[in-house]
Amino acid sequence: MTLLSVEGLGIGFGGIKAVHDVSFKVAPGEIVSVIGPNGAGKTTLFNMISGVYQPGSGRVVLEGEDVTGMASFRLAQRGMSRTFQNLQIFQNMTVLENAISGFHLQERGPVLADLLHLPSSRRRARAAEAGARELLARVGLERAADREAGNLSYGSLKRLEIARALAMRPKVLLLDEPAAGCNAVETEEIDHLIAEVAASGTAILLVEHDMKMVMRISSHIVVLDHGEKIAEGAPAEVSRNPAVIAAYLGTEEGADADG
Amino acid sequence: MSELLQFLFSGLTVGAVYALVALGFTIIYNASDVVNFAQGEFVMLGGMVTWFGHAAGLPLPLAALVAILATAALGVAINKLAIEPARGAPVVSLIIITIGASVFLQGAAQLVFDKQIHSFPAFSGDTPLRIGGATIQPQSLWVIGGALVVFAGLWLFFTRTLLGRAVLATSNNRLAAQLVGINTNFVMTLSFALSAGIGALAGVLATPITLTAYNVGIGFALKGFAGAMLGGMGNPKGALAGGFLIGLIEALTAGYLSSTYKEAAAFVVILLVLFFMPQGLFGRKSTERV
Amino acid sequence: MPRLTAKSATLLVLAALIAVTPFFFPSGYYYRVGALIFVNGLAVTGIVILTGYAGQISLGHAGFAGIGGYACALAPTHLGLHPSLAGVLGAVISAVLAYLVGRPILRLRGYYLAVATLGFGILVAMVLNNERALTGGPDGIAVPELGLRGLLKDWGLDLTNGQFWYFFCGIVLLIGAWIALNLHQSPGGRALRALHGSEIAAGTVGIDVARVKLQAFVISAVYASVAGSLVALQNKFITPDIAGFMHSIEMVTMAVLGGAGSVLGAIFGAGILTLLPQVLTVLAEYEQLVLGLVMMLVMIFLREGLLPSVLRKLRGRGE
Repeated sequence: MTLLSVEGLGIGFGGIKAVHDVSFKVAPGEIVSVIGPNGAGKTTLFNMISGVYQPGSGRVVLEGEDVTGMASFRLAQRGMSRTFQNLQIFQNMTVLENAISGFHLQERGPVLADLLHLPSSRRRARAAEAGARELLARVGLERAADREAGNLSYGSLKRLEIARALAMRPKVLLLDEPAAGCNAVETEEIDHLIAEVAASGTAILLVEHDMKMVMRISSHIVVLDHGEKIAEGAPAEVSRNPAVIAAYLGTEEGADADG
Repeated sequence: MSELLQFLFSGLTVGAVYALVALGFTIIYNASDVVNFAQGEFVMLGGMVTWFGHAAGLPLPLAALVAILATAALGVAINKLAIEPARGAPVVSLIIITIGASVFLQGAAQLVFDKQIHSFPAFSGDTPLRIGGATIQPQSLWVIGGALVVFAGLWLFFTRTLLGRAVLATSNNRLAAQLVGINTNFVMTLSFALSAGIGALAGVLATPITLTAYNVGIGFALKGFAGAMLGGMGNPKGALAGGFLIGLIEALTAGYLSSTYKEAAAFVVILLVLFFMPQGLFGRKSTERV
Repeated sequence: MPRLTAKSATLLVLAALIAVTPFFFPSGYYYRVGALIFVNGLAVTGIVILTGYAGQISLGHAGFAGIGGYACALAPTHLGLHPSLAGVLGAVISAVLAYLVGRPILRLRGYYLAVATLGFGILVAMVLNNERALTGGPDGIAVPELGLRGLLKDWGLDLTNGQFWYFFCGIVLLIGAWIALNLHQSPGGRALRALHGSEIAAGTVGIDVARVKLQAFVISAVYASVAGSLVALQNKFITPDIAGFMHSIEMVTMAVLGGAGSVLGAIFGAGILTLLPQVLTVLAEYEQLVLGLVMMLVMIFLREGLLPSVLRKLRGRGE
């Protein structure tokens, strides 16, 4: 059964093809990793799937519905959530409020009730807060709940972003380098968390540079190079694939900022 | 028919002023992504300083030159004192800063000059030229010619000179421009000087027709912005065309609908553009990086 | 002892200030100044919701104040409405206009709202100035008596005109502040502050960014409209200046000076900028100069505004 299917997706910036004709499928409970050298187009691919960029060609299909280029808030309503390579945290809020924001779809209601502090508004807010505290505990941030989000360490912010994305109980979760900047212990924690979320039936699409982590937890790997898919398959298959090895060795030195 | 021609003439005249303001917007926007709400004040200063100098006994060309140079210097000062210290600030802060500069300049103009409406003689006399049953003031030709010359000059500058290309490179990618050795601070200074100077020139050319006072700037800013948006933000060709279009729309509104509400035309155009084609006539889609 | 929440603390401070300051008034004139501060504070509280919470900016909010004010002048004579209902009508018209103007614009980012609202404000002022037959033109128009003071007198509460408006505007300000503070901690307010933090992340948690921006814009327009109605009813007279560009700029400056992110801060800013010209009458000539300077200086040196910056300093010392 396919939950998310990416069909021939492509985009160009100023005449340069950043991503070209990439296709793959993700099933519920599966962890699909997208790997590739820096600049291979992984984040660009994510931005197209999650509605941040309008794809130039191809389709994104979520549960049988064509959601290509749909605004990200509509995708969220359909069960797609994501995190960002270079953090998109609400710096003007506390850690707890960031987590509560993840419950937006559940806690939102008539704004008039919010303005007048009606019981219905308070009830919604309380439920979201309880859920948020639980999630913070799950990612080990319960003690930082009342701190301003801007003051957290990079690793903690990464986990906060995951907690916020999990709040909406997504059907598909896109994680863009969740372990970047984290130490070994934190990486392992995130590793467990991802496996746990997948076990509960959420489909996970992962971009990650930590190859050990990718090989350990992925059920399926898609390899990109210069914006094109050069291989896909189970971790063991992919790691033996000559094209993949060449791609990695060939660009080791010339690696620049990821696109 | 001659009536329509008459409206077109007056539309092209004010349109040329708006086009100059829109070009000024565009230069700063391209160099720094800042939309300078004080742009209209440069027009006001061009007119006011020239009037002041002329009234004080300077020959008109000299007064005009002084006005343009002084305004350009002021543009540089605004950049150095108010925009540069706030680099990296959110858009809303930058809007407040440039609006603050605009209000400040209005306040200063009231004090330094006065609250009266002023003018000075047209450059080539007041004898209207007759064309196809309509008349046009010689000063109108100065204004329209001025806009076209400035546009051509900018085009040559940006495409044919090293410095102009450096400005373009900075607008494309500030960091990369710095890496290849372009002094981006100097580029910013230059952009503000150029933009303020062009605004002042517009004021010098237009004042014999439109008159000037301490508070005319905000109207020019709004219409210049409408022109820049109509043409497509950041596109010099669009600014020129958009400015002229706003002028024509305004003149036709005044002629056929209501002269009281000709001012509303620019606002309605802004709303329609935003509603139906936010990219403007010549704009391109922008993609935000995350 | 349970800790005082920021909301109750703000409301308590405000209520105490409103109740206690009259004891220090040297003359009855100061009731008028006080009422003016409260009305400005109310309008600026709307700016807090739009700019402080949602991170959007309007340069034409005085247009809504004008609509609120002229509704109180025109609806009683032309529609036979009671002046208080005329104020409500003004608020409804302002809300509808804000919706219509905001809808196309708020899908876009950054400068567009500033430009469009600037144009909107100028347009409203233009209509008020030019439709002489209806609005009386630049000379202004009389506004009927609200009549509440007489009613209170019948019930045994005899206030001078100044006192009545002081306390009436004070109470309306308290209600306005209460509503804005409710919003701050509510689901809807969180969505507003989220988009201020990151529009992209707000989208990924399901926030319809354009829709909540529009909510903030409409709510803040209602605040400005009610403030305009209060000014008109209190002065029993109104001129198009209320909708003028400089009045819009005043609102924004008051908010950012005191601290657009905090209700108390913004009201504090309204207090300073309302008092300043009263205390230093020489300043009248320099008003624009001062406003412009304040806008630039605050944004460069005190981006959070006066009150939050001071509180932060104090807290830092306490730790």
